[in-house]
Amino acid sequence: MSESVAQAGTAPEDRTVIGITFGNSNSSIAFTVDDKAEVIANEDGDRQIPTILSYVDGDEYYGQQAKAFLVRNPKNTVAYFRDFLGKDFKSIDPTHNHASAHPQDVDGVVSFTVKDKDDKKDEEGEVIEEVAASTLSVHEVATRYLRRLVGSASDYLGKKVTSAVITVPTNFNDKQKEALIAAANAAGIEVLQLISEPVAAVLAYDARPEAEVEDKIVVVAELGGTRSDVAVVASRGGMYTILATAHDYEFAGVALDKVLMDHFAKEFLKRNSSAADPRENAKSLAKLRLEAEATKKALSIGANASFSVESLSDGIDFASTINRLRYETIARSVLEGFNRLVESVVKKAGLDVLDVDEVILSGGTSHTPRIAQNLSNIFPSSTRLLAPSTNPSAINPSELQARGAALQASLIQEYDAADIDQSTHAAVTTVSHIANAIGVVSVNEAGEETFIPIVYPETAVPARRTVHIAAPKAGGDVLVKVVEGNTHIKVTKPEPKVKEEVSKSATVEDADDENEDDSDFSDDEEEEEEKREKVWKIGSTLAEAAIRGVKKGGKVEVTVNVHADLSVIVTTREVGAKGGVRGQL
Amino acid sequence: MATTVIPIPLPALPEGWAAEKDFKPIGKLTEATQRTLEPVGPHFLAHARRARHKRTFSEDDRIQAQERAKKVEDDNESEISEPEDSMMLQRDAKDWKSQDHYKVLGLSKYRWKATEEQIKKAHRKKVLKHHPDKKAAAGRVDDDNFFKCIQKATEVLLDPTKRRQFDSVDEEADVEPPTKKQLAKGNFYKLWGSVFKSEARFSKVHPVPTFGDDKSTKEEVENFYNFWYNFDSWRSFEYLDEDVPDDNENRDQKRHMERKNANARKKKKAEDNARLRKLLDDCSAGDERIKRFRQEANAAKNKKRLEREAAEKKAAEDAAAAKEAAEKAAKEAEEKAKQDRDASKKAKEAAKNAVKKNKRVLRGSVKDANYFVEGDASASVIDAVLGDVELVQAKIDADEIAELAGKLNGLKVADEIKGVWKAEVERLVGAGKIKEGEIKALNA
Repeated sequence: MSESVAQAGTAPEDRTVIGITFGNSNSSIAFTVDDKAEVIANEDGDRQIPTILSYVDGDEYYGQQAKAFLVRNPKNTVAYFRDFLGKDFKSIDPTHNHASAHPQDVDGVVSFTVKDKDDKKDEEGEVIEEVAASTLSVHEVATRYLRRLVGSASDYLGKKVTSAVITVPTNFNDKQKEALIAAANAAGIEVLQLISEPVAAVLAYDARPEAEVEDKIVVVAELGGTRSDVAVVASRGGMYTILATAHDYEFAGVALDKVLMDHFAKEFLKRNSSAADPRENAKSLAKLRLEAEATKKALSIGANASFSVESLSDGIDFASTINRLRYETIARSVLEGFNRLVESVVKKAGLDVLDVDEVILSGGTSHTPRIAQNLSNIFPSSTRLLAPSTNPSAINPSELQARGAALQASLIQEYDAADIDQSTHAAVTTVSHIANAIGVVSVNEAGEETFIPIVYPETAVPARRTVHIAAPKAGGDVLVKVVEGNTHIKVTKPEPKVKEEVSKSATVEDADDENEDDSDFSDDEEEEEEKREKVWKIGSTLAEAAIRGVKKGGKVEVTVNVHADLSVIVTTREVGAKGGVRGQL
Repeated sequence: MATTVIPIPLPALPEGWAAEKDFKPIGKLTEATQRTLEPVGPHFLAHARRARHKRTFSEDDRIQAQERAKKVEDDNESEISEPEDSMMLQRDAKDWKSQDHYKVLGLSKYRWKATEEQIKKAHRKKVLKHHPDKKAAAGRVDDDNFFKCIQKATEVLLDPTKRRQFDSVDEEADVEPPTKKQLAKGNFYKLWGSVFKSEARFSKVHPVPTFGDDKSTKEEVENFYNFWYNFDSWRSFEYLDEDVPDDNENRDQKRHMERKNANARKKKKAEDNARLRKLLDDCSAGDERIKRFRQEANAAKNKKRLEREAAEKKAAEDAAAAKEAAEKAAKEAEEKAKQDRDASKKAKEAAKNAVKKNKRVLRGSVKDANYFVEGDASASVIDAVLGDVELVQAKIDADEIAELAGKLNGLKVADEIKGVWKAEVERLVGAGKIKEGEIKALNA
C-alpha cells in the first residue's frame, strides 16, 4: 500500500478517524465504537505509548521498547521532542533531553543527530563501511513517530487510518500548530482539527451517556510527565470557553521521579559506602530513572512498592521497598506545588474555589492519590473531584484526552474539510459572553428575596435557557422580575459565643489533663474555620412581567433568550397553560 | 438542556402593578465580554450550524426535527423488494446448501455488500409475508417450506463466519473477466475495473487499490499490481464440503471424509489463487499503461544513452579538432621558423655581399686615389696599401665597413680619400684595435 496517498481532503465517506494525544512524554490513540471512545493498545499492549523513538542497528523502535533503550543506547534515542515542534532553537528548554539524543541547532531548526541506518556489514557481521549518523529535524522525528502511532492504530482497526483529531496544549501558538499539522500530513494523516487538551478531557466526561448537560465551571488539571497545565473552563449548555490557563514546568511527573531517585540513590550509598554514586554515571542514572518511574506508578496503585535495579552502580545490585506514606512525605513539597498551581489558576480566572463545580484530573501524574486528596482539601465538598482515587466512576486520567479527541473526530468526520474550517473560524468561535447572570427574584421561606439564576455568567450568546419556578402556594397573580445577578463570597467568622464556650470548657478542663489535647485541638479548629459561602446578589432589574391567575400549586415557566446582539427576549407562562407573556428588551 | 425546576416560589403580584400586555421592560444587559469558544463537542456544532445559517434556536430545532423525521422515512423507503421467483418458493429447505441466501431474502442486488441491518430488515419483511401461520390462515396448512429457507438464509448471513464461507463460493457476485471480443470494443479499464472490484471483497486488507484508468500514474499502477500479486484473501471453501456423517458408527469413515474435505479445500484454494494469478497475467498483458510506462522508461533510458553517446561523440570531435589545431599551429610555427631561417640566411648573404661590395669600395677607393702616390704606383706600394686595407677591414666589422664605404663612396679626390682612411686608422688606433705603426701605407 502506498504511503504517499494524498491525505489533505480525504472524502468524508472514505475516512477512518482516530483521536490522537501527542504528548511530550506519552501519546495515546483512541477510536470510537457506537459513540463510545476506546483507547487503542499498540503492539506492545500499551495504551500510554512513550513519545520516544530509538534506532538500533538501523531498526526503528518506538514507545516502551524505545524507552528501554534509554539505558543502553541513549545517543540514538530521541525523547521529549513534542514541545520543540515549530520552535526556534533559541526558545527551547532541553533539560529533559539530557539523558537522550541532544537537540542541536541546525540553522535555527531544532534537530537531533542519530544513527538511523545500519552499518554495511559482510556475512560475518564485520563492519565494512560505517554509515554516518544522520541529522533529523524535529519535524522529521515527529513525522516518523506519528507514522508509527497511526500504523499501530491502522493495525488494530484493520483499516488504514486516514484522518485524526489531535490534542494540543492551550499555549501552542499558530506556528507550533502549523508544524504539527505539517508533521502529521507528512506522516500521511489528514488533521481534521486540533483541539485543546483540557477541553478534550471535559468532552470525554460530558460524552458519557449518564452525563447531563449543565452549566458548570470546570477546572482541568493536566498533570503530565514534563509539564502541568491547568485550565478553568466554563461549560455552558455544552459549549466550552476557557477562562484562564496556567502552565508549569516544575511540578510534573519527572519531579516526583526525581524525589524517588534521590531517595533510593541515598539509600544505595548508605548500604554500599564504597560504591560510586549512581547519579554520577549516565547509565546508572538512566536505570535509576526508569525504575523510579515504575515505582511511582506502583505506589499510585498499592500502598507498598519495590524498587530493584540490577547492577545499579559498580556492578552492585540494589533492591528496596518504599511505602506510600514515606513517598508522600519525601515528595511533599512537589505534591503541594500542584495545589498552589490549581489555586492560582482559579484566582487568575477571577473566581473562587466555591465557584468551581467540577475538577477533572487528567494526565498520568493524576494517578497519584495524594494529589487528588490535597485538591479535595481546597475545594468545597460540593465540588465533584474526578480522579480515580476519589471517584470510583472516574475515567482513567491518562486516557481522557485521547478519548475526547476520538469523540470529536467521530463528531466531525462526516464534514468536509472546508466545512470544518468555516465552523472553527474566528467569526463563529468568537462570541459575546454575558458578564452577569440573568435570573428572576423569588421569595424564600424566610421571606427574603433570593436570586434564581437562569442564565449563568460567562454564557456564550446566543443562548436560551428555561426554568420552571414554583408559584406561591395559594396561586393567584405572580410577579416575574427579571434581574441581573452576581455572586460574592460571604465569609462568616465564627461567632464569639463559640469562643466563650471553648474558653469555658478549657477552664473546666484545666484540672482534667486527659482531655486537654482534645480541647486544644477543637479550639484551633474553631478559630481557623471560617464559613465561606457563595451568595447570589441581586443586581439591576431588567424587566417585570405578570402572570395572572396561576392555579394552586402551579408552576411558572420562564424562558430567557439572549441574542447575539445582547437583546433579550423573556417568555413566561404558566406550565401547561396557553398564551403567556412575552417581551423584548 | 433539561429544564431546571426550582421549588422556591415567585413573589405574588403587588397591588396596583400594571403594564401594557403585563410586561414592563426596565433595564438593559451590562456589556458582555468577547471570548473564544472552544470548537469542540456536539453543542458547539449546533452553535456553529446556527451561526453559519443564521438560524434562531427555534428555527434550528424545527429544521433538525424535520431532518430527523425525513431520515426515518428514508429508511422505510430504502427497503427494496424484489419479485419472488416461483421456482424459488418451491425450494426444499433441506437442500439449503445450494440455495442463494441473498435471493431468498430479496437482497440479490446487494449480496456481499448487504449490511447486517439490511439483512435483519429483509428477514423481518420476509417473515411477515411467509410465516406458516399466515399460510394457514390462507388455507394452506403445514406449508412452512419456504419459511424454513428464509430462516436458514438468515442463520447463514447473520453469522459472520458462515456468511464468509457462503460469500466465498457465491458465484452470483463474481464478475467474469472480459472476453477478447468485449475488450475489442474498448472499455478496457471499466471492464477489468469491475472484475477487480468484485475480487476485492475477499481482501483481508482494506482499502484495496482501484484499477484506475488511462490517466493513472505509474506509481498507482505499480501499486495496484503489487497489491494484487500479493493478494491476501480470506476466501475459503468449507461451504462446498461434503457432509461428514456425524453418527458415531464409523469413525474411520468420518475421518476419511474430513481428510478428503480438507484436501478438497486446499486444492480449491490453490486453484483460486492460480485463477487470480491468471486473471492478473491476462489483465497486465493487455494493459496499455504498462506498455506505455515501459516505453517511457525505455525512452528515458534510450534518451540517456543517446545523450551519453552524443556527449562522447562531441568530446571525440572536440579532441580531434584540438589536435588538428595544435598540429596546424606546430606546422605554422615550423614554417615560420624555416622562413625566418631563410630570411636570416638571405640577410647574412646580403650582408656578406654588402661587405664584399664595401670591401671592394674600400679597395676601389685606394685604387681611385692611386694608392696615394703620384704617377704609376709600384707593385710594392699597391701591396702595402692593399695590405693595410685588408688589415683595417679585418679589424672592423661589417657595419663599420659599410660606414666607411659610405664615407668613401663617391670620393674621387685622392686627398679626401686618404683623409677618410687616415681618420679611420686614427680612430682604430684610438680604440686600441690597431697598434700604432702597424698601418703605414694608409697613414703616410
